[in-house]
Amino acid sequence: MPSTVISVEHLSKSYRLGQIGTGRLVDDLKIWWAKARGKPNPLAKIGQQDLRRNDQEPRTKNHKPDNRDGEIIWALKDINFEVKQGEILGIIGRNGAGKSTLLKIMTGVTAPTSGQIKAKGRVASLLEVGTGFHPELTGRENIYLNGAILGMKKVEIARKFDEIVAFSEVEQFIDTPVKRYSSGMYVRLAFAVAAHLDPEILLVDEVLAVGDAAFQKKCLGKMGDVASGGRTVLFVSHNMTAVRGLCQRAVLLRDGRLVQSGVAADVIGNYLGEILNRGDATLLADRRDRQGSGVVKVTGMRVGTRTDPASGHWITGEDAVAEVDYACDGTNGLRNVVVAIGVRRLDQSPMLYLGSEVVRFNIDWIEGTGTFVCVIKRLPLESGRFSLNVDIEQNKVLADRVNAALVLDVAEGDYYGTGVVWPFSGFLCDYTWSHAKGVKPAASR
Amino acid sequence: MTEGGGPTTDRTPSPSSVLGHPSSLPDHWDLVIRPHRKWFDLKLGELWRYRDLVMLFVRRDFVALYKQTILGPLWYIIQPLLTTITFTIVFGRIARLPTNGLPQFLFYMAGTVVWTYFATCLTKTSETFVQNAQLFGKVYFPRLAVPVSILISNLIAFAIQFVFFLAFMVYFALRGSPIRPNPYILLTPILLLTMAGLALGFGTIVLALTTKYRDLRFLIHFGVQLLMYAAPVVYSTSSLPPGLQPIVRANPLSSIIEAFRYAYLGGVAPSLGQLAYSFGFMVVILVVGIVVFNRVEATFVDTV
Repeated sequence: MPSTVISVEHLSKSYRLGQIGTGRLVDDLKIWWAKARGKPNPLAKIGQQDLRRNDQEPRTKNHKPDNRDGEIIWALKDINFEVKQGEILGIIGRNGAGKSTLLKIMTGVTAPTSGQIKAKGRVASLLEVGTGFHPELTGRENIYLNGAILGMKKVEIARKFDEIVAFSEVEQFIDTPVKRYSSGMYVRLAFAVAAHLDPEILLVDEVLAVGDAAFQKKCLGKMGDVASGGRTVLFVSHNMTAVRGLCQRAVLLRDGRLVQSGVAADVIGNYLGEILNRGDATLLADRRDRQGSGVVKVTGMRVGTRTDPASGHWITGEDAVAEVDYACDGTNGLRNVVVAIGVRRLDQSPMLYLGSEVVRFNIDWIEGTGTFVCVIKRLPLESGRFSLNVDIEQNKVLADRVNAALVLDVAEGDYYGTGVVWPFSGFLCDYTWSHAKGVKPAASR
Repeated sequence: MTEGGGPTTDRTPSPSSVLGHPSSLPDHWDLVIRPHRKWFDLKLGELWRYRDLVMLFVRRDFVALYKQTILGPLWYIIQPLLTTITFTIVFGRIARLPTNGLPQFLFYMAGTVVWTYFATCLTKTSETFVQNAQLFGKVYFPRLAVPVSILISNLIAFAIQFVFFLAFMVYFALRGSPIRPNPYILLTPILLLTMAGLALGFGTIVLALTTKYRDLRFLIHFGVQLLMYAAPVVYSTSSLPPGLQPIVRANPLSSIIEAFRYAYLGGVAPSLGQLAYSFGFMVVILVVGIVVFNRVEATFVDTV
């Protein structure tokens, strides 16, 4: 029976809005002066609005009414679980559920409000690889610096240096400043350092979102190795395929509480059910979990068929329509725009990419607001549920991206026009059969 | 700021974790993270274990600072040289401030070199969290490693400037200027230590305040410039009107600058009582600074 190496006991983390202050000495002094004279806080409202505006940190992520307790926001509340040695535990949940806060507490980056975490052995994290890389330093210098930041001794790094360089596949450029690296090389080098930490407990947060497919595979392999070597991995991800493939057990967080802990497949099932209901809850324009420069934003999205473009579902074999509403930031127009919709399964594995650049549909100029319309002829998707990602690029720079912008049902339809529907075929395409009687001529191939 | 205090991170390196094998003892935990930290928990042992990181930070600052500049490390010399020339012209030639009979150039240079060390350490320490917010938000290491590395990397800069100062000193001595180096020179390490301690102490206090009040960040930059005039950098304390002297003497940096100048050039020596005052001041401010730092570092990630 493997021993318990991590024990999380009644762990809670709260952010108290009132204590953060206004961020301006003058205002805080005014409040203090008013308090001293027994008067009400003269800036109460202003203070709170200021907080909202300045907020990019976790404390707004959870500002749901059920999560608020007066002015206190609970990012984590009474979390309990244990992890056995050699286990890969998946931590899943929506954005803002408290996954990252949990990892941050485990690494010691921030303090819990109450409760405790006990661990055996060295804990190391891959919270976004490459933190602490200095662009002006060479690959070699950064390996040492990054290794030391992650807690390695200089001799330790020197011993593993060759291994790290080989794993990263950037041998030729090891004495070049990393600012000249491609983003792929950068990530590979950063991951290589982190992967060679040899901690007893490894915390991984969404690193696998970067790098090409081959490298991702390598990383997953490395994580598997780490676990099979008796080490323990905590894996936070939105990639359900990866979680399913790597983890035996998973825990699901929702609004700072642990709602389920158990066999990975069950927990994932529960989570996927949860994200389905989310699309209706928030308007696309109000979604905050978006990436990009924001020069233009997706404000709405509709899907449907030719006859009813807003029906909310597609039908296999019929023309499918997706409309993307946008609004430019400011009054200036934008040149050179690319819009793309990614059709994914609910576990976020990709199915179909619909990019305007792929079909050479050039959008030279946009201004104000408008709508892009994408039509898929004779939809070759089987019936089922899919999630749509949408992104807009401007001059090859990401302007806006919303993952799982919409979840839609594809209804069963007669793709082949034959009246026969064969479920679970994977994908659909035009095909024919022919038949030659007698012995097949040897020459033909 | 969050409710509750900082974490108590007891990172005891057990023999098992050094060997890289998880401990199998049932009740032994290598790491316990819980709220509330003792008020004065320096965690110097932990900092010592991260000494390689401190030195790599020093190296990073040194290498990165002057990459893609034409003159490179020469800037370490150009800065004090230009400042000294300016001071010599403005305060020496135009304002004709007395320099205790010392060559004006050396008088101002000694003051500038010493003051620069203090000012740079103070400003940089107070920016620790802002400069490293991204890093601190992702990885844990003893936060004190950053200010300590700042003190060390600036000590290197100071050494370069100091050698430069010595070269000028020799030059002036050969030309027959009345320079009298004396046994006060032996105090140099203590003077440097006091100055570093003051910079670290003040720096961390300002740092703690700037995490909460951003406006102080603007204040510190020009505040340090103004503060220079409250220390005997461009004048000597003994030349001040008697009414002003106690005010300047209250500044713990005054005796250090004066002692430094006296040790290498001669002139008027500060009393040993004065130096003891500065040293005591340093100890107090350092303790306060580090306590404050420990309180803030635990939860600053949530506020910045």
